[in-house]
Amino acid sequence: MTKEMDMMEQFQQYVDGENKVEPKHWMPEAYRKTLIRQISQHAHSEVVGMLPEANWITRAPSLRRKVALLAKVQDEAGHGLYLYSAAETLAADRKDMIDDLLSGKAKYSSIFNYPTPTWADIGAIGWLVDGAAIANQVMLCRTSYGPYARAMVKICKEESFHQRQGYEIMMTLAKGSPEQKKMAQDALNRWWWPSLMMFGPTDEHSPNSAQSMKWKIKRKSNDELREEFIDKTVPQAEYLNLTIPDKDLKWNEDRQSYDHGEIDWDEFYNVIKGRGKCNKQRMAARNKAHEEGAWVREAANAYAEKQEARKQKQKGAA
Amino acid sequence: MSNKDNWKIWEVFIRSRNGLSHKHVGSLHAPDADMAIKNARDVYTRRSEGISIWVVPSDEITASNPEENEPLFTPADDKVYRHPTFYDIPDEIGHM
Repeated sequence: MTKEMDMMEQFQQYVDGENKVEPKHWMPEAYRKTLIRQISQHAHSEVVGMLPEANWITRAPSLRRKVALLAKVQDEAGHGLYLYSAAETLAADRKDMIDDLLSGKAKYSSIFNYPTPTWADIGAIGWLVDGAAIANQVMLCRTSYGPYARAMVKICKEESFHQRQGYEIMMTLAKGSPEQKKMAQDALNRWWWPSLMMFGPTDEHSPNSAQSMKWKIKRKSNDELREEFIDKTVPQAEYLNLTIPDKDLKWNEDRQSYDHGEIDWDEFYNVIKGRGKCNKQRMAARNKAHEEGAWVREAANAYAEKQEARKQKQKGAA
Repeated sequence: MSNKDNWKIWEVFIRSRNGLSHKHVGSLHAPDADMAIKNARDVYTRRSEGISIWVVPSDEITASNPEENEPLFTPADDKVYRHPTFYDIPDEIGHM
């Protein structure tokens, strides 16, 4: 056995023993690369995820809703930062990651390429999109890479408020006037399927999943997570008296789980390839924000340099 | 100019309340220590997680090498006599 194979074998045993991998540990190059890709995409998703919601901050229907939405969007920025930091522990460079997002080279969750035309979308995003994200993130709290797992624990604690504020918006609308109820139903109709797609392709079409499961980066398959999400969400929709837009959705007594209709994977791949409704808009907004923030970064640099120079001068004088 | 990368990485330590030690919570980027504190406040204490912040440049931290874990840490494993339970004291003596 070569030394490399020996190390791989040891690494696998270590991970199989439910031990956490930490930044300075030896790890297979592919493990490191997979994590950098996954964590940076996750970070980008948090950052781009601010855009569809920020759209409604100025038009939130009350101050209570506005402060909640502001806090949520601020959290997403924080989550992006936790994740970029986790990726940096693998020797990824923050600037490279951000450049890749801005140039369009890096991917982020396709869900954020859907538009938010009504206030009910903010409710549906919190309830469904954050709900789906939580299902995935709760699993990732047990991921084998320590810094990623720790970032997830922090994120999960904060996400729970996100989902609750979304569901509360849905409750208010669903109990409101016929128009409001219609808005809620319309948002559910538009967000249901894209939310299911957030878990990624079916297990048989997810070629990288097996290796990620073996390394315990992922702890549950895409389909498992998707089904858990559906089982949890259906009763929540029933409570709202809203109808999930899937005529094939049916409780399966044998499996003790819901059967669901066919997901439109063509739509999924189309949006990934950049042909979603808002891909261009999101990238343009992100680039604009980055450019418009340039003077702040410059000023902070200049100030730090000036302070440092002053300190050096004082040292010299003393 | 704007992209000049002198925003170094800082490790952040937070004391959650008086009486407890500062604990490592994560890292962030900032051009200087003052900004690092301000950023740490926004990133790591949005929900009253802390009452005191330390920031330390990441490259100022020296870490032990995991490959040397054996010589560093295993010598302590066979020194059971360093623990109170190693010593037999009769029950009637009470808590000691």
